Amino acid sequence: MFDFVSFIPRAVVQGVPLLYGCTGETLTEKSGNLNLGIPGIMYVGGISGVIGAFLYEQSLPSPDAINGFLAVLIPVLSCLLGSLLMGLLYCFLTVTLRANQNVTGLAMTTFGVGFGNFFGGSLIKLTGSEVPSIALSNTSAFFSRSLPFADKLGWFGKIFLSYGFLAYLSVAIALIAAYMLKKTRVGLQLRAVGESPETADAAGINVNRYKYVATCVGSMIAGLGGLYYVMDYACGVWSNDAFGDRGWLAIALVIFTIWRPNWAVISSFLFGGLYILYLFIPTGMNLCVKELYKMIPYIVTIIVLIITSMRNKRENQPPASLGLAYFREER
Amino acid sequence: MNKENRGPLVHIVKRGSIPWYTGWLIRGSAIVLALIVCALVTTLLTGENPIQIYAAMFKGAFGTPRKIWILLQNLSILLCIALALTPAFKMRFWNIGGEGQVLIGGLASAACMILLGDKVPNWALICIMVAASIGAGALWAVIPGFFKAKWNTNETLFTLMMNYVAIQLVAFFVILWEVPKGAGKIGIINQSTQAGWLPQIGSYKYLLNIIIVALITIGMYVYLNYSKHGYEISVVGESERTARYVGIKVEKVIIRTMLLSGAICGIAGLLLVGGTDHTITTTIAGGRGYTAIMVAWLAKFNPITMIFASLLLVFLSRGATEISTIFGLNHSFADILTGIILFFIIGSEFFINYKLSFRKSAKKEAEA
Repeated sequence: MFDFVSFIPRAVVQGVPLLYGCTGETLTEKSGNLNLGIPGIMYVGGISGVIGAFLYEQSLPSPDAINGFLAVLIPVLSCLLGSLLMGLLYCFLTVTLRANQNVTGLAMTTFGVGFGNFFGGSLIKLTGSEVPSIALSNTSAFFSRSLPFADKLGWFGKIFLSYGFLAYLSVAIALIAAYMLKKTRVGLQLRAVGESPETADAAGINVNRYKYVATCVGSMIAGLGGLYYVMDYACGVWSNDAFGDRGWLAIALVIFTIWRPNWAVISSFLFGGLYILYLFIPTGMNLCVKELYKMIPYIVTIIVLIITSMRNKRENQPPASLGLAYFREER
Repeated sequence: MNKENRGPLVHIVKRGSIPWYTGWLIRGSAIVLALIVCALVTTLLTGENPIQIYAAMFKGAFGTPRKIWILLQNLSILLCIALALTPAFKMRFWNIGGEGQVLIGGLASAACMILLGDKVPNWALICIMVAASIGAGALWAVIPGFFKAKWNTNETLFTLMMNYVAIQLVAFFVILWEVPKGAGKIGIINQSTQAGWLPQIGSYKYLLNIIIVALITIGMYVYLNYSKHGYEISVVGESERTARYVGIKVEKVIIRTMLLSGAICGIAGLLLVGGTDHTITTTIAGGRGYTAIMVAWLAKFNPITMIFASLLLVFLSRGATEISTIFGLNHSFADILTGIILFFIIGSEFFINYKLSFRKSAKKEAEA
């Protein structure tokens, strides 16, 4: 019998970083910006949180003096700041300077991954402190604290209540983003900017402001995914390249969910499940077959991609001006 | 004077055409600015004199003949992948899958070396390897190309996912063929017999790779600029509707171009496995499939300019590796420097395409 009670929580914790990345990228793409820098931004978000928490823990006289409120607030704020700066850089290059979005995004990914690995590997040397490795288990304890009655409710508690607060926040943010895009005036105008910036401009919407705000907010949301990964999933231990390709998977999920953050909730957990499915398929001693099972999420993405493109419905299309810079005088 | 009549302080105007030297002057100054910023960053982190740091970078890249050969070898592989991606990008087909196409090409040649190493004569083995790696790379590229042509499937995501499928496939075969069992890697293939190793020209280990890539560079330049196929690629890239209108079969052009693009990526894989490393790992392409996209774009898809663009990037990564060893920093430092320089070059394109004109003062306006 397949062990759902232990499978689902693991799928969910795998899915949360993807959900953050996917919600952030959806907002960004709805403004017409195709931000391929998301993998880099998630690294920057994660490492910024680590730097904040590391400096805070180092400034304490003893590990017991840690203040729970500050221990959460400082990493979250530094993570948001780091990813906001990356978002601003992307906007400055693509919106103000009208650079090619694909190339800018790839350069941001190179930079961001390098930034994360560099500070992850050199932070101890640079600050001159005397600890063997970056293990923020004290800070991490506050991030991964689950709801109080999770242990008492058996399988229900394990499946629904056993996560840290950032996991619940990711679902909340995705649902709010979905509501905002679909039901509010701001969301309508944002979609107008992504579909046809000329029309939006003619209707008196400030196109550049919408692009800037959507991309920066999107980057901050994606950055939180990196923070969740380090602080909750990896128990506060930063290891280089551990975050892996999750940023790219998040971008894939955006197309998978056809630009709907409310679908992203289910799909990212489904994806998280596919991502770890190979651990649950019995293969015996045959190690190499496991490597083939790791292909499953990618192959499923390809199949979904092909099927959606074959059906080719109008409401399933990307924002019409996705990837194009807007210049008012070029109309 | 009433306030509403004032124009904005800065006004952006599109440039018509500018002489080529102005364009390169702008790009050159962007690179110089970027190097200054990089020096500042390095100084902040290491506390060393920036001039010394650049001296160390030069030494790391060009210090000894051996280092120059390694630099040229890295340059030729990066250039080869960039050349492979160029026709696809010129067609506006975002082939992010260079990484996977190189890997699968490398896997094909490694498979030939392992399975046929002692069964066929060496010249036949090398011929089979060439055919297999070209075929594998082309196949890996034409799958997304086919679906793009037929159903307009999003190629960015498709090629990206194909990278991961290729990585897992290589991981599978690495464990299947691992030597010794349980090592998790293949090691040098056919070390004693050297079967399937590409021949060495004189005493220069990397010369053959460099010559092959040089030939591909010239071939690609001619193909893109002086052939009917190259012309069709640029028409499809500029406007698919125009292409259809003048009777170009867009689907055919997409599939044909992706076959070519993947085939050259397969050659890059062959050069890596057969000509350089003589082994296969999941990281053998080392992110060059992505870096090559930036090389191709920086060079504006011109194969000759691409030589310099890849020289810049390879120099940076080799040099930054050197300073990170000297100063005990993490080797990812190279990525940060590369990122900073790319941001500056990307930003400088704006000043080539557009001109900023500042608001004239009211007095001057009255005179004019």
